[in-house]
Amino acid sequence: MIEVQQLTKRYGPTLAVSDISFEAKKGEILGFLGPNGAGKTTTMRILTGYLPPSEGTARVAGFDVVTEPLEVKRRVGYLPELPPVYTDMTVTEYLTFVAKIKGVPRGDVKKRVDEISEKCAVAHVRTRQIGKLSKGYRQRVGLAQAMIHNPEVLVLDEPTAGLDPKQIIETRELIRGMAGQRTVILSTHILPEVSKTCERVVVINAGRVVAEGKPEELTRRLQGFETVLVTAEGPAGAIKEKLERVGGVNLVEFQGEPDGRATFEVHAEKGRDVRAELARAVVESQWRLYELRASGMSLEDIFLKLTTQDLVEGHAASAAAEAPTSEPEQPSQ
Amino acid sequence: MRNILAIAGKEIQTYFTSPIAYLVLTIYAALCGFFFYSFVATYVVQMFRMMEMGQMAGQSPNINTWIVRPLFEGVLTVVLLLLLPLVTMRLFAEERKSGTIELLLTSPVTELQIILGKFLGALTLYIAILAVTFIDIGMLFFYGNPDAKPLIAQALGALLFGGALLSLGMWISSLTRNQIIAGAVSLAVFLLLYVFDWVTSYSSGPVGRVMSYMAFVTHFDNFSKGVIDSTDLVYYLSVIVLGIFLTSRSVEALKGRP
Ligand SMILES: Nc1ncnc2c1ncn2[C@@H]1O[C@H](COP(=O)(O)OP(=O)(O)O)[C@@H](O)[C@H]1O
Ligand SMILES: [Mg+2]
Repeated sequence: MIEVQQLTKRYGPTLAVSDISFEAKKGEILGFLGPNGAGKTTTMRILTGYLPPSEGTARVAGFDVVTEPLEVKRRVGYLPELPPVYTDMTVTEYLTFVAKIKGVPRGDVKKRVDEISEKCAVAHVRTRQIGKLSKGYRQRVGLAQAMIHNPEVLVLDEPTAGLDPKQIIETRELIRGMAGQRTVILSTHILPEVSKTCERVVVINAGRVVAEGKPEELTRRLQGFETVLVTAEGPAGAIKEKLERVGGVNLVEFQGEPDGRATFEVHAEKGRDVRAELARAVVESQWRLYELRASGMSLEDIFLKLTTQDLVEGHAASAAAEAPTSEPEQPSQ
Repeated sequence: MRNILAIAGKEIQTYFTSPIAYLVLTIYAALCGFFFYSFVATYVVQMFRMMEMGQMAGQSPNINTWIVRPLFEGVLTVVLLLLLPLVTMRLFAEERKSGTIELLLTSPVTELQIILGKFLGALTLYIAILAVTFIDIGMLFFYGNPDAKPLIAQALGALLFGGALLSLGMWISSLTRNQIIAGAVSLAVFLLLYVFDWVTSYSSGPVGRVMSYMAFVTHFDNFSKGVIDSTDLVYYLSVIVLGIFLTSRSVEALKGRP
């Protein structure tokens, strides 16, 4: 449904997106994950036909974004980072206008506006001026706008950014609810977001794809070891030694000793559950065990890891990639 | 066409939900009303003077020459130069600032449709403004019998003159995200057009002739006299097309950098 091949975008000398390729299949919810400035917005703008790519191709629903932009635009619903609303219009006025320019057949406009207001839970504020609505409601209006022409593909740029936790949950549910047969691509720089909403993730950093896969897969791939947190009361040094002697343990790190209870982070061999042995070791020595918990690496850590790794490797790579751009550009038409 | 109308409708709606339309209409009605009243007063004084001197010979002085023409020639052009920036300044600057330009440019409408829609919307408000003048003039029909024929040329001329300013103002609005800057620059450019006319009236020879063809306001002279000259018609239409063309270039360049 979405095919991106070797896409590159330069803003003058800045390389915003560099040679990225990915795909999204019909009905898939694809997460586009990366820190600020990674090139998410740029990529999405290319996919929606707002921005021409410098190199490479992007096809949406079988149409090329450069050569057949109107066909692409007919099939894509797009929610930019800031909902593109006219603050002095009411919700209904706004959605009616959007329905018209998105090509909803004349006779269906009213029905469609009512339907989508209902679905996005803005029906009860339909006569209110958008400028007077809260951020959460504006975001819903933005989603309604993106969905109004029943598009095959939805492109959502940071749909939950800047919302409070309750609004985030509501928005996520809304997105999952609307997905259905649609292909959704949503960007975020917040990790839990993708594992909550997406079936597959493309991680990008500094304009390049650095990882791709199911959220669980990504976690597994990066988990080189198992980590267990142990909190016990007793002499910290002795506990540390004892824990280190447990079979399968590679490393024990002392984390601190607030209110007399020492906490350790124990790294064990991959695939080996050492929790039972750790517990026995502590209790055998008559120390009190307060907590013992496996600390699976959060996506957040993976993300940090991914991006920091890339920063190191990336410098050499981006220097190489930028070299050709310093050559004289081809004469423009 | 449906897309153009949808966008024009939105523009008109925005004008009338914001204070702009009412502000412009009020200022215009006040200024126009003031001059109208003073021209009528001058006319009446003139009529008495002619009566005293016994020149009347059963007819009053020409209403068209004394009231209608000065209204178009002297007042309309100047007032429009001052007021139309208020109409055009928001056209693109506002969309760029609020990010709604991204909505328009990712919708299945062409850039030309967006531009024409906006132009049509502004033109509609302008027609409402012109209607004020024609209401004033219409009152003359109750109290005298002015000649209705020149009014057609005057209306057409006013429409083209204003349309040309709107088109240029729209282009200027597409160059910035700041409405105030767009308004101020438009005002400056419109005033320059006016000044340019004075300059050209001093020059002579072939250069002078080219310059005077370029002169913006002088092309309105024939219209205000009630004469439709194809040179003037072509001139204003060309300016309108030029403005639309420049806007389309600017919107093209603006993609991705709102
Ligand atoms: N209009 C623009 N002009 C110049 N540089 C830009 C423009 N838009 C984005 N960039 C640059 O391109 C890079 C990618 O930006 P963006 O796509 O907005 O990232 P993200 O959405 O992931 O935060 C950044 O370095 C940003 O500064
Ligand atoms: Mg972004």
